[in-house]
Amino acid sequence: MRLWLGLALLALPAVGAVCAPLVAALLGHDADMPDLFNRFAPPSAAHPLGTDDLGRDMLLRLLQGARVSLVVGLAVALAATGLGTALGLLAAWRGGWVDAVLMRLADGLLSLPALPLLVVLAAVDPARLGLPRGEARTDILRITVILTLFGWVGVARLARAAALSELAKDYVAAARVCGASEVRVMWRHILPNISGPIVVAATLAVAGAILSESTLSFLGLGIAPPAASWGNMLSNAQELVFSAPLGAVWPGLAILLTVAGCSLLADGLRRRG
Amino acid sequence: MPRLIALRLLQMLVTLVLLSAVIWLLIGLMPGDPADLAIAADPRLGPEDAARLRALHGLDRPLSERYLAWAAAVLRGEFGYSRLFSQPVTALLWPALWSSLALLGLALGLSAGIGIGLGVLAAARPRFAPAVDALAVLAQSTPSFWLGMLLIILFAVTLGWLPAGGAESWASLVLPVATLTVVNLAAYARHAASAMTEVLALPYVTTARAKGLSAATVLWRHAFPNAALPLLTVAALDAGSLVSGALVTETIFARPGMGKLIYDAIMGNDYNLALLALLLAAAVTMLATLAADLAQRWLDPRLAA
Repeated sequence: MRLWLGLALLALPAVGAVCAPLVAALLGHDADMPDLFNRFAPPSAAHPLGTDDLGRDMLLRLLQGARVSLVVGLAVALAATGLGTALGLLAAWRGGWVDAVLMRLADGLLSLPALPLLVVLAAVDPARLGLPRGEARTDILRITVILTLFGWVGVARLARAAALSELAKDYVAAARVCGASEVRVMWRHILPNISGPIVVAATLAVAGAILSESTLSFLGLGIAPPAASWGNMLSNAQELVFSAPLGAVWPGLAILLTVAGCSLLADGLRRRG
Repeated sequence: MPRLIALRLLQMLVTLVLLSAVIWLLIGLMPGDPADLAIAADPRLGPEDAARLRALHGLDRPLSERYLAWAAAVLRGEFGYSRLFSQPVTALLWPALWSSLALLGLALGLSAGIGIGLGVLAAARPRFAPAVDALAVLAQSTPSFWLGMLLIILFAVTLGWLPAGGAESWASLVLPVATLTVVNLAAYARHAASAMTEVLALPYVTTARAKGLSAATVLWRHAFPNAALPLLTVAALDAGSLVSGALVTETIFARPGMGKLIYDAIMGNDYNLALLALLLAAAVTMLATLAADLAQRWLDPRLAA
C-alpha cells in the first residue's frame, strides 16, 4: 500500500522530468525564455500554470526543476550508498584501528550541524578548483559531491552493524572453510544479505538529498539561476511574496510530494523486509 | 561516568580543532578576499594598493601560516573583529546565541510535546494511527523554508495578524517557532508511537490493567516512562538538525540569531565571524548531544554497564 502510494507519487516528477522536452515542444516555448510582455500571466492554454516575474512558463520551469531534483537525488543516493556500504563493510571486516578511525569520523560528522557546514562547502568557488563557474552542470556536480560528503555516514553505520552480525554467523565460517576468498565472502555472501536495509537507506537518501539541494538552492548556494530548480524558484517567489504569492505554491508542493513519495517507498520496502 | 565525560569532551575538542582547520581551508577557496572587496568598494584603489593591503594584513602569506596565527590569537582569548558588522565578534555572538537558544528551546519543547502526544495517541487508540502516520510523513517531507513562506503569506501578508520577521516582540517568535516545530515533530511522533506500541504489549502492562488501575494511570505512569527512553536518543540526534533548521528559519524570518549570523558571514566573506560562529554552533550542538546521552545513561543504568 505504502509502496504503491510512494511509487505513484514519484511517478509524477519522474514522468514530468522525462517528458520535459516534449512538453516544451508542444507548448512551443523554452523554460529559460523570458517574455516581459507576459509577466505574471494567469493559467491559460499556452501557459498551463501561468508565468513568473520574467514571463517564463511555470510548468516548464517546474519540469526542469524535477530533472535537477531527481538527478541530484539519485546521484547523491548512489554515491553515498556506494561509498557508505564500502566503508561500512571495510570497517566491519578489518576491525581494529580502521574501524575505530572510520566510526569516530562518522560520529564526528553526525554530531555536527549539517546545514551550516553545507553552506560553507557550497560557498566554495569552483573556479579556484579549476572547474567552470556558473554552469548548471557544474552546479549539479558540486551539490552532488557536497551532499555525498555528509550522506555516506548513515549508510556506513548501518552497513557496518548489519555486516558485523552477518560475519558472526556460521555460514560465513562455512564459506571460509570451503576456501572462499575474503573478497568473495564480502561480495557474494555478506553484501546480498545486508542489501535490504541498505536499499531502504538509499531510498531515504534520495529524499534527504532532494530536501538539502532545494534548501541550498533556496539560500542561493545551489543551482544558480537562470537554470530552474525547485529551490531557486522558491527563492525567487519569496521576493515576490507580496505581489505574486501563488508562485510559492507549486515548487514547494513538488518538493513535498516527491520527498513524501520517497519516504513512503522506503517505509513500504522496510515493511516488506 | 567522569571518565566517559572526559573522553567525550576530549573528542569534542579534537573535532573542533579539525573542523576549524577544514573550514579555514574552505574559506580560502571562497571567491574574493578582503582586499578584493576593498577595491570593489573604492574606485580610487588600484592593483598596487591591493597588493600593499594584502601585505599589510598578511593576506599574501600561505593559508597554513595564517591559520596558525589565527589559532594562536584565539587561544590567547583574542577573538578579533567582524569585518561585516565592524564590531568585536564576541559582541555579536552572545546575543545571537541567546536569541537562537530561545527559538530552538521553544521549538524543541513544542515539537517533543506535540509529537509525543500524537505518538502516544496512535499507540493507545489504534484507529488514530493512520492519521498520525500520514501527518508525520507530511510534516517530515515539508521543506522548512517553504512552510515558513506559506505561514508568512497567510498570517503576515493576507491576514496581517503576526509580523513577518524581526525580533522586536514575542509575536515575532510565533511563526519561526511554528515552522521549526512542524518540521521536527515527525521524528518524535513516529518514535513515540513505535516505542509505546512495543511497551503496551509487555506483560507488566497487562498486570497493571488486571490490578484494576485506570487506563490513564497505566498509560502515563506505567508505560510511558519506559517508552520515553528511546525518545532521548531522538532528542540527542535532533540537536544538529535543530541548528540546521535555525539557519533556514532565521534567514526567512529575518531573525537575528546564530543561523542568520553564520549565513550572512559566509555570504559577506567575513572569515573570522563565520569561523567562530560555526565553531560555537558546533560546540553547542555537541554539548546538547552529550547532555542527552548522559541523561539517558542516568535514567537507564543498563546503558552505563
